[in-house]
Amino acid sequence: MSALTVTELSYRYGATHALSDVSFSLPEGQFCALLGPNGAGKSTLFALLTRLFVAPRGRIEIAGHDMSRHPRRALARMGVVFQQPTLDLEMTVAGNMRYFAALHGMSGRQAQGRIDAALDRLGMAERANEKARNLNGGHRRRMEIARALIHEPAVLLLDEPTVGLDTAARRAITAHVHGLAAEGLTVFWATHLVDEIASGDEVVILHRGRIMAQDRAAVLADGGDLTEVFMNMTAPLAVPG
Amino acid sequence: MSGWLTALAAIVLREAARFIHQRGRFLAALVRPLVWLVVFAAGFRAALGLSIIPPYQTYITYEVYILPGLCGMILLFNGMQSSLSLVYDQEMGSMRLLLTSPLPRWWLLLSKLLAGVAVAVLQVYVFLAIAAFMDITLPLAGYVLVLPALVLGGLMLGALGLLISSTITQLENFAGVMNFVIFPMFFLSTALYPLWKMAESSELLRDICAVNPFTHVVELIRFALYGQIAPWSLLWVLLGLAVFFVAALWGYDPARGMMGRKARRG
Repeated sequence: MSALTVTELSYRYGATHALSDVSFSLPEGQFCALLGPNGAGKSTLFALLTRLFVAPRGRIEIAGHDMSRHPRRALARMGVVFQQPTLDLEMTVAGNMRYFAALHGMSGRQAQGRIDAALDRLGMAERANEKARNLNGGHRRRMEIARALIHEPAVLLLDEPTVGLDTAARRAITAHVHGLAAEGLTVFWATHLVDEIASGDEVVILHRGRIMAQDRAAVLADGGDLTEVFMNMTAPLAVPG
Repeated sequence: MSGWLTALAAIVLREAARFIHQRGRFLAALVRPLVWLVVFAAGFRAALGLSIIPPYQTYITYEVYILPGLCGMILLFNGMQSSLSLVYDQEMGSMRLLLTSPLPRWWLLLSKLLAGVAVAVLQVYVFLAIAAFMDITLPLAGYVLVLPALVLGGLMLGALGLLISSTITQLENFAGVMNFVIFPMFFLSTALYPLWKMAESSELLRDICAVNPFTHVVELIRFALYGQIAPWSLLWVLLGLAVFFVAALWGYDPARGMMGRKARRG
């Protein structure tokens, strides 16, 4: 069973097709990158995956739960790191984590144990009592990733999580999440930056709302440079007239 | 079920912490009705003669008359304030965090609503305490009996705020809400003048006031303060709560695409 399966998903805003007949399935325990230029439809896909809104056609399955028929079961199996920061800066790191745990119906000792484990996993345990405002951008992101793991999801979704971070923080976050995948977590990482992808990663290339390719990064690159392949695949078409 | 209550408690506590943190907001929320009570009422008590109308049994000063209206004003401003913070949350993304919780969406939104009401009711009591300190007092039992009226009124106005937040796409549009919702609702109600006084100047004005849901929040509070139930107002408030909340749920329904239309603009 795949942690995330999307079948013939289409969505449009008025007359504009944002996603056309998108189908893919993530192999379990793998780092999978959703690679696409700006405007490819990544954000729309993420909004549909997180049920901000629903598509009239197509299917989304999270750990075997159909998003339209059992949305709550599907959401419970999914961890999300949004592109925009969603921390309460006035609360401590632990406070933010407890709030999130409560939104998933967890409290008391069970929540505390999971929070400690998640912070530990991201190397953030000693920052637990700091105010979120006092953390730098990289640590805030790391905390959001830790938070998304509290309820032990089957798949972790990250929507361009390195936007706005400096090179060092970007590398650190990318390495951390690759580490989580190596431990067996299924990761779905949206990006437009090829250098965040390792050669062993699975890659789904999205362009103009369509899936252009899905394979291992090394296979897609075919001995060459993945950047080149990506640029060629998503090159703007010559517009006649 | 305990998971539901855990989420509710967390949402209410977060709202309360946020409110206490913003001392300016707390102060503004208190100063606004107090200014009305001290400045406006003082000027108007000379100009306005009030006859004995239910629930009052004796002649009352104008300050006593507008006290329930100012309680309503606190609820109204809080309802709109939480609407504003919801729109802000949508732009900032924390709304999405809330909506990806596996609990039912209606429960999450109801929790948000209850959190706003808890903060608003707290403010009303601080306001009533200050008013009592200024010698504008009520029957002792009234302070307790008014609680359900405050909660119901706060829920209805909060639901209206929730509905508005589901339709506003940008934070900048919020000034419009101030002009087109708060002011007409407040001025075209019985908060400042009784209905018969309105009728003296225009029958139409009176009719508008009579259907304004805010009027019924104020009347519900006014009667509750004197240990009475205003059945017609109670009905209106309950009806308003049901209509606004269902419409807000419709606005936040992922299948209706309201959020989709917003996302497209964002």
